[in-house]
Amino acid sequence: MPFLQFKNVDFSYPSGESDYIRALRAVDFTVERGEFVALVGCNGSGKSTLARLCNGLILPDAGAVTVDGVSTADRSALYDIRKKIGVVFQNPDNQMVTTIVEDDVAFGPENLGLKPDEIRRRVDWALDCVGMRDHATDGPFRLSGGQKQRVAIAGVLAIKPELMILDEATGMLDPDGRDEVMSVVKRLNRDEHMAVVMITHFMEEAAEADRIIILDKGKVVADGGRELFSTPEAFTDAGLDLPVSVRVAQKLKAAGLDIGCPLNADELVAATTRALAEKRGGK
Amino acid sequence: MRDVTIGQYYPARSLVHRADPRFKMVIMILYMVMVFFCESFFSFAFLTVFVIATILLSRVPPLKVLKGLKMILIVLLLTTALMMVFYADADSAPLAEWGIFHIYLSGIYASLKLAWRLLLLVLLPTLLTLTTTPTEICDGIESLLTPLKLIRLPVHELALIMSIALRLIPTLIEETDKIMNAQKSRGAAFESRNPFKKIKAMLPVLIPLFVSSFRRADDLADAMDSRCYRGAKGRTRMKVMRPHAGDFIALLGWCAIFVCILFLKYNWLGWSFIPLLGI
Repeated sequence: MPFLQFKNVDFSYPSGESDYIRALRAVDFTVERGEFVALVGCNGSGKSTLARLCNGLILPDAGAVTVDGVSTADRSALYDIRKKIGVVFQNPDNQMVTTIVEDDVAFGPENLGLKPDEIRRRVDWALDCVGMRDHATDGPFRLSGGQKQRVAIAGVLAIKPELMILDEATGMLDPDGRDEVMSVVKRLNRDEHMAVVMITHFMEEAAEADRIIILDKGKVVADGGRELFSTPEAFTDAGLDLPVSVRVAQKLKAAGLDIGCPLNADELVAATTRALAEKRGGK
Repeated sequence: MRDVTIGQYYPARSLVHRADPRFKMVIMILYMVMVFFCESFFSFAFLTVFVIATILLSRVPPLKVLKGLKMILIVLLLTTALMMVFYADADSAPLAEWGIFHIYLSGIYASLKLAWRLLLLVLLPTLLTLTTTPTEICDGIESLLTPLKLIRLPVHELALIMSIALRLIPTLIEETDKIMNAQKSRGAAFESRNPFKKIKAMLPVLIPLFVSSFRRADDLADAMDSRCYRGAKGRTRMKVMRPHAGDFIALLGWCAIFVCILFLKYNWLGWSFIPLLGI
């Protein structure tokens, strides 16, 4: 049984007096435990709607969203679903409930009704995971954007969900902040086997995932591994950019040097070196 | 705007900082009542000694505490001055007279006492906010109000609202600055000296501020829902407040001070030395 499953999900929201905008149309996909999925699409493609459907903040108009076999439409199961699926939102300032970092991280486990020393253990663990233990007693206003978002991630981690959804969690951060958040997320996926769904429109981030789902005008238009990048049309048709390394590779290919499909700077350098060496050796 | 004393926590390691916030607040209420029972200069001085001792014990620089008085300085001077010139004492002749203003000796005493009372009323609460984080105060209030759950008062919800409000004050101040700058760059005039124009100029700031506050509230509600929040039901706390022996000793100490002040005022046992301590 897949962990998170979207079955033919439709969702529309009212716009104006009598109009409706169809945010999602017949969306169908699954996410398994331990997977690292990037969900990409340009503005208005329905990405955030999809995130809010995952843990029952909104319910589908048609079709069903199930978590571990339980539908989000079952109101009595919502609490259990939210224990399994954590969501980190875009604006770190709008996710903090209290004035002190550790109190904020404790908010989730406190809602679970755990014992004080267990909450303390989880808070310390979560802050260690995101490397924010030194700031435990600070106010969030002394932190940078990247640090605040790491605290927000810790707040979700402390609930120990099996799947974490990051809804454009790096959207408001500078490149350093994005790197901080990305490395934390990658480590969690690798070391804690936490499934991650990273909703983003930064292609460099999407290229880090094991699987990529492309959303365009509310429809899933592509779903596959990193090999998707070797068919650039899938991305450009959805109004998306390609990672810099892929674009460089395309230009090189056009110039007569086929280096395959490198997804980051290191791969690009390695592939280019290899291709050049082969070319020289071949001649 | 940034000088709001709320949230002016001064971190330090002291007995006062470590004390249970609930006890601090109960003592505060007791103290406020006490201040109104002070009648003679001696009783004021008596209470002031303990206030100064508490301030020294808290290791907060006394200047920081005095800064809290800045806000009431105008009120203090104004009321004292008015009290002094309008005080009427039928039993004695005025020291000075000028139109409708009269200055009596008893009037000077009364206004000095008023000023002293106001000072005392502000000093210790300022110390409370300097030595207790807003979160601790919120938790303390929640815990103190718990008995009111019996009459169906949503104590937890109230405490949460307070804590979120506190948390959002700096965010909203920042947002106001941003909106004001945005409006200024489009030619809004906030610097006008005319108060009516000034109020009118604030309108284009307030409306976007309201709109964005509602959006923030929505986002925060989503984030809270996502983190398994479902009200007070089944909720526990990480930081459990446990009173220590010191808290009880402090409370008893302040109760003793209260009794002393009551004795100074009413002199129930007719001790002859009390009238000798002066007016």
